[in-house]
Amino acid sequence: MTWAPFTVDATHFYLQVYWWIIVAVLGGLFLLMTFVQGGQTLFHTAKDETEERAILNSLGRKWELTFTTLVLFGGALYAAFPLFYSVSFGGAYWVWMLILFAFVLQAVSYEYMNKKGNLIGKNAYKFFLYFNGVVGMVLIGAAVGTFFTGSNFTYDPVTKVLEWGTAKDGINLRGLEAAIDFKHGAWFNLAMGVLVFAAARILGALWLINDIDNNEFPELIARLRGVIKRCFIVLLVALLIVLFGLITMKGYAYDIHDPSGKVYLEPGKYLHNLLSFGAIPLILFLAGLVLYVLGVFKSGFGNSNRGIWFSGLGIVLIGIVVFVIAGLFGTPFYPSYADLQSSLTIQNSSGSKYTLEVMAWVSIAVPFVLGYIIWVWYQMKKAGPITKEEIADPESHAY
Amino acid sequence: MTLDLNMLEWARAQFAMTALFHFFFVPFTLGMSFLVAFFETIYVKTGKQEWKEITQFWQTLFGINFALGLSTGIIHEFEFGTNWSTYSWVVGDIFGAPLAVEGIIAFFMEATFAAISFFGWKRVSKGVHLASTWLLAIGSNLSALWILIANGFMQHPSNEFMQFDIETSRAVMTNFWALITQPVAQVKFLHTISAGYTLSSIFVLGISSFYLLKGKHVDFAKKSAAVAAAFGLVASIFVAVIGDEHAYEVANTQPTKIASMEGLYVGEKGAPIVAVGIPKNLKATEVTSNDEAFVFKIELPHMLSILGKHGFDAYVPGLKDLVEGNPEYGIWPLHKLAQIGQEARNDLRAYHEAKARGDEAAAEAAKRDFYSVVWQDEKTGLKITKADLIGYGFFANTNVDPNLIYPPVPPVFYAFHIMVGLGFWFILLFIWAWLAIVKGSFVENKLLQKLAVISVPLPWIATSFGWMTAEIGRQPWTVFGVLPTAESATPLALANVQATFFMFLTAFVILGIAELKILFTVVKHGPKGAH
Repeated sequence: MTWAPFTVDATHFYLQVYWWIIVAVLGGLFLLMTFVQGGQTLFHTAKDETEERAILNSLGRKWELTFTTLVLFGGALYAAFPLFYSVSFGGAYWVWMLILFAFVLQAVSYEYMNKKGNLIGKNAYKFFLYFNGVVGMVLIGAAVGTFFTGSNFTYDPVTKVLEWGTAKDGINLRGLEAAIDFKHGAWFNLAMGVLVFAAARILGALWLINDIDNNEFPELIARLRGVIKRCFIVLLVALLIVLFGLITMKGYAYDIHDPSGKVYLEPGKYLHNLLSFGAIPLILFLAGLVLYVLGVFKSGFGNSNRGIWFSGLGIVLIGIVVFVIAGLFGTPFYPSYADLQSSLTIQNSSGSKYTLEVMAWVSIAVPFVLGYIIWVWYQMKKAGPITKEEIADPESHAY
Repeated sequence: MTLDLNMLEWARAQFAMTALFHFFFVPFTLGMSFLVAFFETIYVKTGKQEWKEITQFWQTLFGINFALGLSTGIIHEFEFGTNWSTYSWVVGDIFGAPLAVEGIIAFFMEATFAAISFFGWKRVSKGVHLASTWLLAIGSNLSALWILIANGFMQHPSNEFMQFDIETSRAVMTNFWALITQPVAQVKFLHTISAGYTLSSIFVLGISSFYLLKGKHVDFAKKSAAVAAAFGLVASIFVAVIGDEHAYEVANTQPTKIASMEGLYVGEKGAPIVAVGIPKNLKATEVTSNDEAFVFKIELPHMLSILGKHGFDAYVPGLKDLVEGNPEYGIWPLHKLAQIGQEARNDLRAYHEAKARGDEAAAEAAKRDFYSVVWQDEKTGLKITKADLIGYGFFANTNVDPNLIYPPVPPVFYAFHIMVGLGFWFILLFIWAWLAIVKGSFVENKLLQKLAVISVPLPWIATSFGWMTAEIGRQPWTVFGVLPTAESATPLALANVQATFFMFLTAFVILGIAELKILFTVVKHGPKGAH
C-alpha cells in the first residue's frame, strides 16, 4: 500500500521543514539539558554530606528546565507531526512508558530527598535519580536510534489501523525489541543509548565543575574530572559504532517531489544527507564534535571550569544535525522495516498547513523565551558558584 | 480492527487515575502561587521580617506540592500518544496546538521563574525576586488556560474552528482564534482557576486556624488567615457565579451531560433542579416519567430552565428525548444521526477507494456528499454537514445500545451535586471568617477555627468531583459528538495497559503518602525554621 504525501503545496512543505528544524533545535537543546540526568548519576563521587548536597542543589535548580524542554519537545511533535506522536507513542508503548516513568520519579526526588518524613528514605530517592539518569538516557538514545534503523509497524492512514510487530522476522515487545532485535539494528540503537548516556554524564560532570565552588570542594572537583576521563573512553567507543553505522547502513529514502511518496532503501543515505546542502550538516557536525571534545579536554584533562561552555554548545550542534539528517532531504524520520511504505516522513505525518502556519507565528515567542531563560541563569549565576555557606543557610531554600 | 472493550475500560481507568491524581496538585498550585505572591508583595512593601517568614513558610508547602504536580502532569501529554493514539492522530491537528503553545508560553515561564522564586532569595534583588514570584503564578495560570482551551475543544468541538478533512481522514483546525476564544473554554478556565484560589485559601485558613487552636504562632496565623479569607471570599463567590455561566454553556452545547447532571430522563418545560435526591441508573428508552427515575428527591421548580436556558418555562431536553428524538422541539433521534454518520463514513471510504483506482469523478461525488449540508439554523446561518456527524456513525452498529449515547446518571449526578453543595459551604465559611477577621473576633472564635480545619480536605473533594462531572459527563465521547471514546484508544493487549496502570498506581500511592507526610511534618514544625 502506498499513500500520497499530504503535502499539496510548496508553502506547506516549507512549514514542515521549518517545524522539523524547530524539533531538531529542541532536540539539541534537550541533549544539552541532559546534563541534569548525567549529573544525577554522579552522587557516588561525593564523599560526605556537604559534597552530596552541593551536587543536589546545583542540579536541583535546573531539573525543571530539562523537564520542560522534554515536555515542549513532545508538544511540538504533537502539534506539528501528530501522526508520529500517534504511531511511535502508541506503538513503541513500553519504551515511552518507561521513559515517562523515569521522569515522573525524578521530578519529586530533588524536593523530597532531604526532607523529614519522606516515607521511603533518602536512598530511595537517590535511586530514582540514578534510574532516571541511566535508564531514561539509554532509552531516549535508543529511541532516537530507531529514527535511523526503523521500527516494526504498519499503518493504514485511511482506516487508521496501527499494527505493531508485523514484520515476519521481527520481534514484538511494543518497542523494547529495538534493544534486542539485532537483525534490525539493535546494536546501533544500543550504541546510541550508551552514547547519549555517556554524553549526558560528561556534561553533568562539566556542569558541576562549573557550578560548584572549586576552592571549597577541591576533592569533589578532582573526582569529577576523573569521571570525565573514564567516561570519555566509553563515549568514543559508542561514537565510533554510531558513526560506522550511519555511514555504512542502508538509509530510508523517498523523493520529495514524487506524488506517490514511495519509500526505498538507499546505501549511504545518511552520509549523502551530511554532504547535502553544501555539506553544511557535516561542517556543523564536525564543529560540534570539536567543541565537545575541546570542553572535555579543558575541564576533564585540564584545570579549567569552563568546559561546559564548549561541550554544551557542541552537543547542541550535534543534536541538531542528527535530527536534520534523520528527517530532511527526502528521509523518512520514523521508518518502518516491516513495511517501507508505512514509514513516516515530515510530509505524510504533519499537521495541516493552517495549523503549522499558526504554530509558526507562535514560534516567534521562542527566541524571547530563550532570552529570559538566559537572563534568569545569568541572574542566578552572577552571585558566584554554590558554596558551603549557601547550602547551610536556612533561608536559601537549599535542598 | 476490533478493540478489546475490557482494555478500553482499563485505559480509561488509567487515564482517570492519572488525571485525578494530577488534579490534586493543580488547583493548589494555581491558587497558592498567587497567595505566596500576595505575601511577598506585602513583605516588599512593608519591609517587615515577619511577612518574609510568612512568605517562605507557605512557599515551602507550595514547593512540596509543586514538584508532584509537575511530575504527574507530564504523564498526560505522553498518555495521549501511548494509550489514545487514534485520538491523537484524528484530532491532533487541533488538540496538539494548544499543548505546544502551553509549552512555549507557559511552562518555561513557570519553570524558569520558579528557580529564582525558590532559590534566589539571596542571589537576586528584592524586586527581581518579587517579579519572579508573580511570573511563576502567572505562568502556572497561563498553562491552565491552554490546557482548558484544549479540553474545551473536547467538550465543544464547534465547526467554527474545525472540520473533518476527507483527504487525510482526520479533523483539522480551521480557525485558531475561534478555538481559543470559544466561551466553553473560557468559562471552564475561569471556573477552574477560581476553584484553585478557593482551595488554596481554605488550605491557608485551615492551617492558620490549626495554629490558633493550638495557641501557637498566633501572629503568623492571624496575618495569613486575613489574606486567605479576603482572597477566598472573592474567589468562592466568583466560582459560583462563573459556575452558573459554565452550566449554561454545558446546557447549550452538551445536552446529554446537563440531563445526566440533573437526572432529567424526560424533557420538560420549566424543568426543575433536584436539590437533593437519589437517582436510579435506568435505560432512558424504558423511562416514562422523571418521578420513576428517583428513589427520592427534593426539587427547586423551574430552576433548570432558568439557569440552563435563561427562560422560566424554557424546554430542557431529557435523555429519552436525546435518544428517541422529539419532533416537537426539533430534536433528532439518535438513529437518524447515526445513519447520517454512517453515510459520512461510507463517503470517506468511497472517496479513498475511488482515488486509489484513479476515478476522479467518483471521488468528487463522494466528497460532495461528505460535505453536504444536512441542517441549517435559519436564524444564525449555522450549518451542519454530514462530515460533522461522522462520529455518530459508531452508533449505526446495531450491537451498540442507543442508551450508551449518554453517560451513567448516578455518578455524574452525585459528583455535580456534591461539588455544588460544597461550593456553597465555602462561600458561607469565607463570609463568616472574613466578618470575624474584620471585627477582630477570629482569634477567639474556636468553633469557626475548628470548622476551618475540618474543611481543609473538602475543596479537594469538590474539585475532583467537578472534574468528574466534566469528564464522565462527556461520555461516550472523547471529543463530544465527533470521536467516540471506543474509537480513540490504542489497540493494545490488555496486559500492557494493566501493567502500566499498576506501575503508576504504586508510584502514586508511595509518592502521595510521602507528600502528605512531608507536608504534615512541615506544618507541625511551624513557620520558624521551615527551611
